[in-house]
Amino acid sequence: MRLELVKRPQRSMLFSALSPFIAFVLTIIAGAIMFALLGVNPLTAFRIYFIEPISQVWQLHELAIKAAPLILIAVGLSVCYKANIWNIGAEGQFILGGIVGSIFPVLFPQFEGPLVLPLMLLFGMVGGAAYAAIPALLKTRFNTNEILTSLMLVYVAQLFLDWLVRGPWRDPQGHGFPQTIQFNDSAILPELLPESGRANWGFVFALVAAMLIWILMSRMLKGFEVRVLGSSPRAGRFAGFGLNRMVFFTFLLSGALAGLAGISEISGAIGQLQPVISPGYGFTAIIVAFLGRLNPLGIVAAGLVLALTYLGGEAVQSALGISDKVARVFQGMLLFFVLGCDTLIHYRIRLTGFSAPKLEAAPKLEGAR
Amino acid sequence: MDITVNILLTIATAATPLLIAAIGELVVERSGVLNLGVEGMMIMGAVGGFGAGYLTGSPWIGLLAAITMGAVFSLLFAVMTLSLATNQVATGLSLTLLGLGLSGMMGANFVGQPGERLPNLDVPGLTAIPVVGRLLFGQDPIFYISIALTAAVMWFLFKTRTGLTLRSIGDSHASAHALGIHVIRYRYLSVIFGGACAGLAGGHLSLVYTPQWVENMTAGRGWIALALVVFASWRPWRVLAGAYIFGAVWIGQLHAQAFGIPVPSQLLSSLPYLATVVVLVLISRNKRLTMMNTPASLGQPFVPDR
Repeated sequence: MRLELVKRPQRSMLFSALSPFIAFVLTIIAGAIMFALLGVNPLTAFRIYFIEPISQVWQLHELAIKAAPLILIAVGLSVCYKANIWNIGAEGQFILGGIVGSIFPVLFPQFEGPLVLPLMLLFGMVGGAAYAAIPALLKTRFNTNEILTSLMLVYVAQLFLDWLVRGPWRDPQGHGFPQTIQFNDSAILPELLPESGRANWGFVFALVAAMLIWILMSRMLKGFEVRVLGSSPRAGRFAGFGLNRMVFFTFLLSGALAGLAGISEISGAIGQLQPVISPGYGFTAIIVAFLGRLNPLGIVAAGLVLALTYLGGEAVQSALGISDKVARVFQGMLLFFVLGCDTLIHYRIRLTGFSAPKLEAAPKLEGAR
Repeated sequence: MDITVNILLTIATAATPLLIAAIGELVVERSGVLNLGVEGMMIMGAVGGFGAGYLTGSPWIGLLAAITMGAVFSLLFAVMTLSLATNQVATGLSLTLLGLGLSGMMGANFVGQPGERLPNLDVPGLTAIPVVGRLLFGQDPIFYISIALTAAVMWFLFKTRTGLTLRSIGDSHASAHALGIHVIRYRYLSVIFGGACAGLAGGHLSLVYTPQWVENMTAGRGWIALALVVFASWRPWRVLAGAYIFGAVWIGQLHAQAFGIPVPSQLLSSLPYLATVVVLVLISRNKRLTMMNTPASLGQPFVPDR
């Protein structure tokens, strides 16, 4: 039996809408098999994984905390990927945003007042954008593959942060723990509804960013440029859209948003710098971007789903003693299935029998003529 | 003299996994497929190799398991990109993400356990020759596999008809298809070969380099292998040279850390990654040369029309 793809005359609106849901169902089925193999009743596991983490109000706050960085990073990445430009180093830009944004509370702890937070957020965005500018510069100046350079810089950023919190930025009163001083109150991102949970303004930033990117992509010339260059660089060149400028635009934009996510996470959820500040948000955001079909509104929904996989992973770890890496497995499977289902948008899939390969010689020759 | 030999030996050990993974990916990319999942296949090979070695007590079974693991895992990528024509960049990335997660879950019980190490080859008489003896006749078996593999791939790609066909597919899948060549079948086999190589490279890490299981123990080597292929302009012998240069960088920074050079250890640890960036910049600067060397269909999905 073999698969055969038959091109549809036009993209299927039905599957365009359905494919994330089909992918989700397939992930659930594969997940059930996985839990069964681990010797856990899948129904129990799913209840603990997907339902219990969001059954109380304070838990919804936790969901928002996890979803905020995912959405912020993913909407930026979606613009890159639409333009067929591959920034996969958002994790590094997130870290640099966190570091540069922390300059004020760490080096000038006596500086307080309402100006501190806006400056921190601004610095975070600048830090993320500046770090993203490196692969953009190397790509435009030296024609260097941006996938590999942006990824290599993730490792460098992680080591840089590690050096900072163990070396020059370590809290002298911290009993030797590798961390900076606790931020002062004016450097802490306020909580949204302190009486019901911990969620902070980072989630609002994420929603606003998603809205702005939606406007950019669907209502502005720049968004049109992104889509044209992404689907046909040649046509874009004829229209006078510069590919190099686009590389810089998308990298700086996605870097700034990743940086904003970084400083929001530091200032909102953590309150100081530590050796590790992200459970792989920058990589998970890639999944969020694709699961949300590179569409800002879809990304908000996808960000919430992926945030739930993080919470569920922690929940099964404490309740069932399964490694919390199960979250990464779920995330990876989800991306796999959504990419596979996306094929249905452009193609119909036909299953042919064993005899097909022998028959196919004839039509192939026809094509050759 | 002894120190020099020791350093050369450690360089070879550090270079071997890079070389094997990059040689595999080179064949994949020569067939026109870009598989960014090397890191994921490698870590799956590492966990599979360690696990099988640990459970059976035989590192040789571990070696086979590592290869099988990498090949099976790459099959996932092959079905997606070749049969379902999905985006190769995104699918490769997801293979890496899935591999890192799956290996962490599978290896949860192996953390901290002592592993089995593949024994070094020891030829009575020959290994005892001073200096060259240990370099040529006393290394781990995967070292010899890596050298033989490089030679075999070189011969296959440039001296056999099948190799020529494979390269032609990478340069123009449409023309190859028109000539009646089974593009998808060639690509399936290439991807699986690449997966087996990445798995073997991972097995080297957990069965020779550091015979234990540590989460994320590949530490970006899969990505460096991808960079090596670009650095080598898709030529096997240059991959060999590149892998040893990177092995030297990797070992050099470790020795520098051990000697207590007054530079932050984190800076030294980041050298292999920074070196990768620098090398990519140097090699890609000449745009025309890069375009000439790159397989022309690299990364393009192919759906046979009928």
